[in-house]
Amino acid sequence: MSKPLHNVIQQAEQVILGKPHQIRLALACLLARGHLLIEDVPGVGKTTLAHVLAHSLGLQFQRIQFTSDMLPADILGVSIYLRESEKFKFHPGPIFAQMILADEINRATPKTQSSLLEAMEEQQVTIEGTTHPLPAPFFVIATQNPTQQVGTFPLPESQLDRFLLRIKLGYPDAQAERGLLEGINRHELIASLKSQMTAAELLALQQQVRQVFVSPALLDYVQAILRHTRSSATYVRGLSPRAGLSLLAAARAWAFINGRNAVIPEDVQAVLPGVASHRLQNVRDTHTATESDFPDELIKAVPIP
Amino acid sequence: MNKPTSNLSPGNLSPNPTRGQCNLATRHLSLAAIYGLIACIFLVIAPHAEHLPPWVSVLAATLMGWRIYLAYKNLLLPKRWLLTLITLACVVSIFLTFRTLFSREVGVTLLILLTTLKLLELRTQRDAIVTIYLACFIIITNFFYSQSMPTALFMLFTLVAILTTWLHLQTGDLGFRPRLRMALILLAQAIPLTIILFLLFPRVPGPLWGLPHDAYSTSGLDDTMSPGSLSKLSLSEAVAFRAQFAAAPPMREQMYWRGPVLWAFDGRTWTAGTAPASKPATLDTLQNSQDYTITLEPHNKKWLFALEMPTKISIPSRVTDDFQILLPNNIIARVRYTAQSHLGFRANAEETEQQLQRALTLPATLNPRARQLAAEWRSTLNNSEAIVRAAFTYFNREKFEYTLEPPPLPGLHTVDDFIFNTRKGFCEHYASSFVFLMRAAGIPARVVTGYQGAEYNELGNYYIVRQSDAHAWAEVWIAGRGWIRIDPTAAIAPSRVQSGLAASLPDSVILPFMARTQSPLLRNLRLNLDSLTNQWNQWVLGYNTEQQFAFLTRLGMQSITWQNMVISLIIGLAALIGIFALLMLRHLKGRNVDMAQRLYLKFCHKLVKINLVRAEHEGAKDFAARAIKASPQLTAAVTHITNLYLGVRYGGEANSAAIRALRHAVTSFKI
Repeated sequence: MSKPLHNVIQQAEQVILGKPHQIRLALACLLARGHLLIEDVPGVGKTTLAHVLAHSLGLQFQRIQFTSDMLPADILGVSIYLRESEKFKFHPGPIFAQMILADEINRATPKTQSSLLEAMEEQQVTIEGTTHPLPAPFFVIATQNPTQQVGTFPLPESQLDRFLLRIKLGYPDAQAERGLLEGINRHELIASLKSQMTAAELLALQQQVRQVFVSPALLDYVQAILRHTRSSATYVRGLSPRAGLSLLAAARAWAFINGRNAVIPEDVQAVLPGVASHRLQNVRDTHTATESDFPDELIKAVPIP
Repeated sequence: MNKPTSNLSPGNLSPNPTRGQCNLATRHLSLAAIYGLIACIFLVIAPHAEHLPPWVSVLAATLMGWRIYLAYKNLLLPKRWLLTLITLACVVSIFLTFRTLFSREVGVTLLILLTTLKLLELRTQRDAIVTIYLACFIIITNFFYSQSMPTALFMLFTLVAILTTWLHLQTGDLGFRPRLRMALILLAQAIPLTIILFLLFPRVPGPLWGLPHDAYSTSGLDDTMSPGSLSKLSLSEAVAFRAQFAAAPPMREQMYWRGPVLWAFDGRTWTAGTAPASKPATLDTLQNSQDYTITLEPHNKKWLFALEMPTKISIPSRVTDDFQILLPNNIIARVRYTAQSHLGFRANAEETEQQLQRALTLPATLNPRARQLAAEWRSTLNNSEAIVRAAFTYFNREKFEYTLEPPPLPGLHTVDDFIFNTRKGFCEHYASSFVFLMRAAGIPARVVTGYQGAEYNELGNYYIVRQSDAHAWAEVWIAGRGWIRIDPTAAIAPSRVQSGLAASLPDSVILPFMARTQSPLLRNLRLNLDSLTNQWNQWVLGYNTEQQFAFLTRLGMQSITWQNMVISLIIGLAALIGIFALLMLRHLKGRNVDMAQRLYLKFCHKLVKINLVRAEHEGAKDFAARAIKASPQLTAAVTHITNLYLGVRYGGEANSAAIRALRHAVTSFKI
């Protein structure tokens, strides 16, 4: 693993206690050029994670708090008529940053949600016929409250598919919570964080992740997983080819973070819950939104060929 | 019949379980596999229905229908004792039908019935594989009865069906199209092997595997002739032989293909009679030579056919004093020979007294009116030629009719009946009565049978002579001129000789499909097919000892013995398999990966001894961690093996050095 990457992880672990796996997953998502969805109840450190990553990676950071009365222009920007020059001038919205924290994305109306998601997909924004490219790297961390809460618009499945990974932070364990309670103020801590790499370095790392070797035997395994989700009666519908690509990309990043230059089945298994849980719906859970541990079942159901 | 009706039991058909979960041999069969197997068996035994006793076909069909019903209704298969009973009943019935248990027929019948019975105990994969092998074996038995191209094509189709079914058993969840593709690829791969075996496998002289003679039930000219015998033969469209001329072919009316010569007449039937010792046949003043090749279909008789008069035959044969060409044995396999004939000749200008006497013998008391007519000619005309001409004119002038369906001549005086009453006849009637008249008039004469005319196949540039071209004509001997051919049929229906049977009969007469001139398209198709058949006969079926010898000589083989052939066969097969092996070795990398997997599984198997069982979904690294935790003393070895394995299988390091290292590490791994 590269030294800066190692430092980033170490720094993040000092701020976010007891969540080493989630930190690495978030980082893997970033390295795989995907967007991250964090779903959990408020107050478990979603925003903190986003802040820490942005600071450590030296990325230009913007936070957008989604509300139900928000309009697409509030995110993308707006053209304003200037009387002096008798022209429209484009005022870029908060989306023009390298890292976006879209907080509580499911509070906004679908119209607003989709304006963000389209920008995520296309890496550019088109307003009034003019296309404005978004900066690179461009990374969105969206947070979402569990959907059964009142006053939310759950993201449709097609939109969920745009997020490479979905992770949950969960409550910290007792030891980590004690550390949290004893420790100094998180805001001060974040403010004191040093950036460990430049955006250019991050782009180079992303390039390296793409070079991680994938053997035919591993592809067999990935295909076996995809086939299983499609043929098994457990799921409402199987994983899409895009999900398969996401799985592979995330597994490559995971292998890279773990200092390997070839993907092994354990890498796939490590990222599979993050990749699959928001894309698969268990037949049992159609009405209750409680997420069972079904990605774990999925791992156990597919033998490694 | 005791049909169990319980619904679910271990013997029943269960849905195809997932691959690898249970033993291949005892795995139960899917419904699709059962139907596929029944279809395969049906395809291979269907052609046999033509020549087996009807009850065998009916029984086989019933057994298959029963099996389909059981599969469809998901019922239990019949009990063993019931099957044993049916089998015994079959054997007894076969014995009662054939009165023996040792013949080709019995063997085939037994094989077919036992195979259909096998379907009734078709439970597991093992039964299915046995059935597949049986189906393949029955394919061969079909060639006992027919070796024609349609049979071969149908059997090829059947083989594809069998292979596709077999692949269904082997692969389970693969779809129909990929299976069919795989079956075709397998067949394609077998083609070079087939060619080598075909070309180099030592041939035994004679027919396939020395089959009994009844294998060649054939129709054709007989060595006797009675009213009605040739007209019956004329309805057959079967090919008698094919001829190809080296240079310009003769006119159709000159194409008299000589066959058996008949001397003795008993008032109804002409036979060859017993030939006395006589001087050999002589030909002189020869003109108009023709060279040609004949491919003669087996007709289970000794004679060969050639244009009148043959002067050279390429295969060892005997020319009798009446110009028949005889082989030492009956012709039970297709035979190919080149011949030379001279259309202009003087045959046996000198004839022994004995022979002339033979050519004058008549039954003493029969046909008085014909004798009277002949006596009139004898007294009024002064020489033999004039009498012959008079007889010819007689047939030409009087109201004789040429027909395929002559009225029967039941009386004693058949010739009188014909000449003076019915006057409707086919060539045998005319030849017979003409020769009778000649003999009665004191002119030596005999009946010659054979074929007249031929159909030209412009696509293959050869002539087809069919059974419908069968013909009979007369020969008279005139001092100084020898034997002269007189065809009385030409006097009544000249078109028979000039353009063939179909042209000489009214349209209303029903003729075999082949003999009528059809639309150009049909004719073209028919000739094309015949041309193909001819090629097949010559190059595939006709590939006998001589052809093999000629072919191998052309290839440059020095001494052709069967030992040498076997050696080159083995070398050829080895070379081919070697090529295939090399092609497979090109996928060495993939093989190494598989090898790594095998070695790793061996390693896992060793760990089972200390209660470390790798779950199917467990990655090697996770498993290694678990193993090390359980028995830390193994850390070094487990880490080493796991790293090597991961490198080969997932790291793209599938080189033989890594494989060797892994093999060494796994074999030396001890707990």
